[in-house]
Amino acid sequence: MPKSPSPAKAAVAKAAAVAKAAGSAKGPTGAKRDRQASPAKSGREAARAQGDLVPPPAEGSSASSSAGGDPVGGPATAGSGRATSAAAGDRGASGAVVRSGRLAVRKTYKLYIGGAFPRSESGRTYLVDGDNVALASRKDARDAVVAARKAQPKWAGATAYNRGQVLYRIAEMVEARRDEFLALGVAAGELDAAVDRWVWYAGWSDKIAQVHGSANPVAGPYFNISAPEPTGVVGVVAPASFLGLISVIAPAVVTGNTVVVLAAAPQVAVTLAEVLATSDVPGGVVNILTGHAAETAPWLASHDDVNALDLTGVADPALATELERAAAGNLKRVVRPPADTPDFTADPGLHPMTALLETKTVWHPKGF
Amino acid sequence: MSGSAFNLRSFLHGLPGVDKVGVEARAAALGTRSVKTTAKAAAIDLAIRMVDLTTLEGADTPGKVRALSAKALRPDPADPTCPSVAALCVYPAMVPVAAEVLAGSGVHLASVATAFPSGQAPLEVKLADTRDAVAGGADEIDMVISRGAFLSGRYDFVYDEIVAVKEACGSAHLKVILETGELGTYDNVRRASWLAMLAGADFIKTSTGKVPVAATLPVTLVMLEAVRDFRAQTGRQVGVKPAGGIRTTKDAIKYLVLINETVGDDWLDPDWFRFGASSLLNDLLMQRTKLTTGHYAGPDYFTLD
Repeated sequence: MPKSPSPAKAAVAKAAAVAKAAGSAKGPTGAKRDRQASPAKSGREAARAQGDLVPPPAEGSSASSSAGGDPVGGPATAGSGRATSAAAGDRGASGAVVRSGRLAVRKTYKLYIGGAFPRSESGRTYLVDGDNVALASRKDARDAVVAARKAQPKWAGATAYNRGQVLYRIAEMVEARRDEFLALGVAAGELDAAVDRWVWYAGWSDKIAQVHGSANPVAGPYFNISAPEPTGVVGVVAPASFLGLISVIAPAVVTGNTVVVLAAAPQVAVTLAEVLATSDVPGGVVNILTGHAAETAPWLASHDDVNALDLTGVADPALATELERAAAGNLKRVVRPPADTPDFTADPGLHPMTALLETKTVWHPKGF
Repeated sequence: MSGSAFNLRSFLHGLPGVDKVGVEARAAALGTRSVKTTAKAAAIDLAIRMVDLTTLEGADTPGKVRALSAKALRPDPADPTCPSVAALCVYPAMVPVAAEVLAGSGVHLASVATAFPSGQAPLEVKLADTRDAVAGGADEIDMVISRGAFLSGRYDFVYDEIVAVKEACGSAHLKVILETGELGTYDNVRRASWLAMLAGADFIKTSTGKVPVAATLPVTLVMLEAVRDFRAQTGRQVGVKPAGGIRTTKDAIKYLVLINETVGDDWLDPDWFRFGASSLLNDLLMQRTKLTTGHYAGPDYFTLD
């Protein structure tokens, strides 16, 4: 017992020294090299630069004095903890955080199918901003459709209240993983809007039937009631922005559809998948494929077991036309790509939900 | 080979034991073969021709059996080049209904008999069951062995039962269901296979489909080795029918690879190999449609049965 504090203290001191060394050795040139490596990633870069601005010596001394037994040497608050890791390590060209003294655990961004995170059936990966990302094949799309189809009846059969609760839980979990999304370059404002959008759609789950359904006047002794029902399995080509991704997934699933999403920004989409996997969303309700939409989307568009296709993220008009043509094969519902750059911050209205609904009308005798 | 208790016991227990690890590894290795394009198309058509389209539910109605009979004749109404299945397999009570539709079509009519699926009934009941089915128009009989007798070592009892049922079948083919899921070991599967073949079975079949463990690749491999060795010794060829749990085209193709590598071309024929299945057929049809149309097919476009 009396021995235990000393190794921990030693570890702290070591970590502080490491932080100091890394900070002084890297200096401004490290940041500069990063900037040159990936000029496009403005948000991510900004977060990293912010970390570099914290003076390493001060950080190191505060860690050794106040962190106590924390073996990693990180200070108590989350904010300065990020700063420490940024100062002590460098997310190099490989994308992995390298701390001296141990090998970094590199992350492969995998697919999300049926509630699991498999690699691509084809075994292919590709590099996105230095990260290894699974490159989905047509067979992954097929497997995802099978998973989505399997999950659909139960998801649609869940009460609207329950689906709303699950969507609200997603909002909570996105909020909880804020730092991860910020580190991936999602702007803070966009992240807030995305969380709000989940909550907004969660609220619609038990209201859409009242607004979109109707009791119809008919010339006969019948009640005539129209109620919206989910279409089934929806293939989605998602836009690149995080808010855009949320804005195509949420309206589809809130009404009881299940989706196969072809994601444009893989790291953010797979991190969202990790949120979904821990949010009580049943496996298969949302399936996320990373890779080239131009390769996989035609297979979704022509798939006889996909009931609707959302082309919001298709930028290439020729591809959109080809997909619409293929989708006509089994009369899928198609959400056509927006005419110009969509503004996802605007009020989406009901159309994203109603576009993926079918109306069931019931005639019921009044009984006289 | 006489059916005396001592002879049977010494023969069956004299069969070499099955290498459990070896047979499972062999089956797993053969299951990794990749069959594509034209070979896949040929395999799918062969698998369709090998299907014993089965409905064995308490809820079977004449209407359902008629619908399934029509499906056996023309599995894919949208494609006239799609072959018929090998046979329809029903309960004895439904045999006359199916016989009406299938008469003269070339699609066989199989009926389970002998107190299917447990086989726990007196011999007279089993024989009456069999004669009824044959009289109703079945030309193939799927009988179950008495697992209770087999497991307690009364091989002569099982042997005599199969001989008696075979006699009751007359000209109808006899498939003997071993219910491998209840036999426990591969050694027992090998013994039961030999026992059934010695007693005159035309086919040996893995399972009823009514117990949790049904057809598996290793069990089928053991049975294929048994029919191969049996032909080598006696000159008589016996067919094999895995049944239950085969649901996808991928599974079916694994079995075809297994036949090809174990017993060869002679068994790659609907007369010598069958799949006892119900949901398999729709998956085969979907894969077939995928190959002909170039896009994935959905279950909405095939019959529910």
